Amino acid sequence: MDALLLARAQFAANITFHILFPTITIALGWLLMFMRWRWLRTQDGAWLAAYRFWTKVFALSFALGVVSGITMSFQFGTNWPGFMEKAGNIAGPLLGYEVLTAFFLEAGFLGIMLFGHGRVSERVHLMATFFVAFGTTVSAFWILVLNSWMQTPAGHEIVDGVFHVKDWGEVLLNPSFPYRFAHMLLASALTCAFLLAGLSAWQLLRGKAERSAPKVLRVGLTVAAVLIPVQIFVGDLHGLNTLEHQPQKIAAMEGVWNTEKGAPLLLFAWPDGEARKNRFEVAIPKMASFILTHDVDGEIKGLNEFPDAHPPVAPVFWAFRVMVGMGMLMLAVSWVGWFLGRRAGWRPERLPPTLLWVLAGMSFSGWVATVAGWYVTEIGRQPYIVYGLLRTADVAATTVPSPMIALSFALYLTLYIALIFAYVTVLKYMAEKPEDVLQPNAVEAAQAHAAGVLAGEERA
Amino acid sequence: MSFDAALPVIFMALMGLSMLIYVISDGYDLGVGLLMHRATPEEKDVLIASIGPFWDANETWLVLGVGILLVAFPKAHGLVLTQLYLPVTLMLIGLILRGVAFDFRVKAKSDAKPMWDRLFFAGSMIASLSQGWMLGRYISGFGDGGWNYPVFAAAIALALPAAYALLGAAWLIMKTEGALQEKAVHWARLAWAPVVVGMLLISLATPWISETVRERWFTLPAVIALMVIPVTTAIALVVTRVVLDKAIVRGALCWLPFVLLVAVFCLGFVGLAYSIYPYVVIDRLTIWQAASSPAALKVILVGVCISVPAIAAYTVFSYRVFWGKATELRYG
Repeated sequence: MDALLLARAQFAANITFHILFPTITIALGWLLMFMRWRWLRTQDGAWLAAYRFWTKVFALSFALGVVSGITMSFQFGTNWPGFMEKAGNIAGPLLGYEVLTAFFLEAGFLGIMLFGHGRVSERVHLMATFFVAFGTTVSAFWILVLNSWMQTPAGHEIVDGVFHVKDWGEVLLNPSFPYRFAHMLLASALTCAFLLAGLSAWQLLRGKAERSAPKVLRVGLTVAAVLIPVQIFVGDLHGLNTLEHQPQKIAAMEGVWNTEKGAPLLLFAWPDGEARKNRFEVAIPKMASFILTHDVDGEIKGLNEFPDAHPPVAPVFWAFRVMVGMGMLMLAVSWVGWFLGRRAGWRPERLPPTLLWVLAGMSFSGWVATVAGWYVTEIGRQPYIVYGLLRTADVAATTVPSPMIALSFALYLTLYIALIFAYVTVLKYMAEKPEDVLQPNAVEAAQAHAAGVLAGEERA
Repeated sequence: MSFDAALPVIFMALMGLSMLIYVISDGYDLGVGLLMHRATPEEKDVLIASIGPFWDANETWLVLGVGILLVAFPKAHGLVLTQLYLPVTLMLIGLILRGVAFDFRVKAKSDAKPMWDRLFFAGSMIASLSQGWMLGRYISGFGDGGWNYPVFAAAIALALPAAYALLGAAWLIMKTEGALQEKAVHWARLAWAPVVVGMLLISLATPWISETVRERWFTLPAVIALMVIPVTTAIALVVTRVVLDKAIVRGALCWLPFVLLVAVFCLGFVGLAYSIYPYVVIDRLTIWQAASSPAALKVILVGVCISVPAIAAYTVFSYRVFWGKATELRYG
């Protein structure tokens, strides 16, 4: 393998591993605030138990996100030195602001959020939780501004091959940013919703956490059922935006080789990059044109219009189908699940075990859809790193020998696979531990005791 | 100097400051990691508890330092990181291992805990060794072609973990009590001698390895003024060793060794900065050659002026919340 492909594979492995964890923490921070707020409002120990358990999940996910994020800050330089030299005037400030406004905010308040309860007042603690949740969202904002700018660059001028900013407003609100940002935040919420529902279902199947799990299951299913239609709507808008700005990405997603009016929607096909055509097509006539242009005879540009400037077709084509397929499955499961849950009055003993098994099995379905979606958009941008303006091959590290990249790639990959395994195993183990049910009772007892002491003091 | 020409200097100072804060703050928690294998299982929990609320924010300073290198000096970032490709990879793997081990050890099954503790130690060691190696390579301006360069880098690679362990032991003297504090005093005594020998050798070897550094330090009258740095460092180290034998270090003055060592790190940093400025890569690239456009730097500077005071404020707040002796950490 040549150095470019290795550098890309290595970066892809890192960024894939990294995105798994922010996808959970972005939304989980806000959901933790919700649980905390419910506990303060209702004084129901189940909410505190839920908060405690999910705080541990948050801490673990956050740690994995931080360490893989540190890795990435180095890899911009080790893998793509030319990118920062050429686009540094735009990428630099955006990444700088991410660290300054978001990364520090999260890391600074995380300690208080995780371990500070009892050392600070309830209000300060809730504020710390807010800052952590807010920080993760702000972080997503800056990263998606940069990513969107690389997809649909705007507000810049190029002098001697180097990008300079002309208008920060246009850079920040570049054409694809609003869609991409909304799409990612919703993806995070859905990933989190299915993780909440899935782990809670597993706890119920194992007879654990009987007080908190039904509540969390309900939260998860409700969030999923409400947000999936929104996500489909936003995804559609995002697709129209991509068609306008990156037609070759759409052509690869739909497997359209030649420009067509009334292009069919391919349910299945085997895109053959050598022969430049599809094999084994199963198609719905005119459907792709209808979805993308909202007109059955709308024109879709084919890949052959962009010789040497379109992405590899098969990975984009397949990743898109995986994402959409998973999204549809999530829609069906969340709606059926919500209605079954409602019918059972959300009482664990009346929830059908089949539903619980399906939900438990889909705990990490959000990961699959999110990663597939990122592959569509990132592989779909190739062969460019800044769409239409800067090619990936031109900014790769040329001074690092390939065996060295191959070695570090192997090390990272082994580590990441081991860590994903450890993460999933430990979540399962944590869910099965009875501890989090006992703790809130202890807290309630302590409160009763404290109240008793206070009352005693008043008497004395 | 015009403001545009001063911008790279400001960013060099910021980057240096971030790296200094990183080395001191992650230094003590890496040091605690290096001492893990010497503690009993119960003591290990206290060791972890003493750094638990902080390690995350500590590592963020590394991201800021590298971030500034990346955004303010993109040419240097490419040069430095491709030169240090392998040690950077090893350091990152070390940091990943210890970061996750830290969280996994309390959440995994109890029979897996010793494995995560070992990984925590291994990660801390790999990260410290690689950082020392990188520092050695950086000081020599990535010199190659002589046997002296790798030996120099290897010496620093060994000295830095010792310095971290000493700093970590001093942190534990401050944050623990009783038998564990007694042990920490003992660990500090053990680490003291290698650190002093290492610092002495490196101070002598640096002028020998780099002509630029030699000229900077050994010309009259600068050499007389500059003697303040090594002399103060020596005094701080000697005082540290003396207080370690006194009973008061277990009580009212438990913070003194840590503060003295922080001073030693700061002095070393000042010496290094004096040796290198105005280069970002010694003898190869000055900060002006490597800097981004003034327009981009100004945009970042605005963010820095607003956010760095805020970061300082909530970091101080967090340290105040967890002030005093370390107690058991509980999620709540």
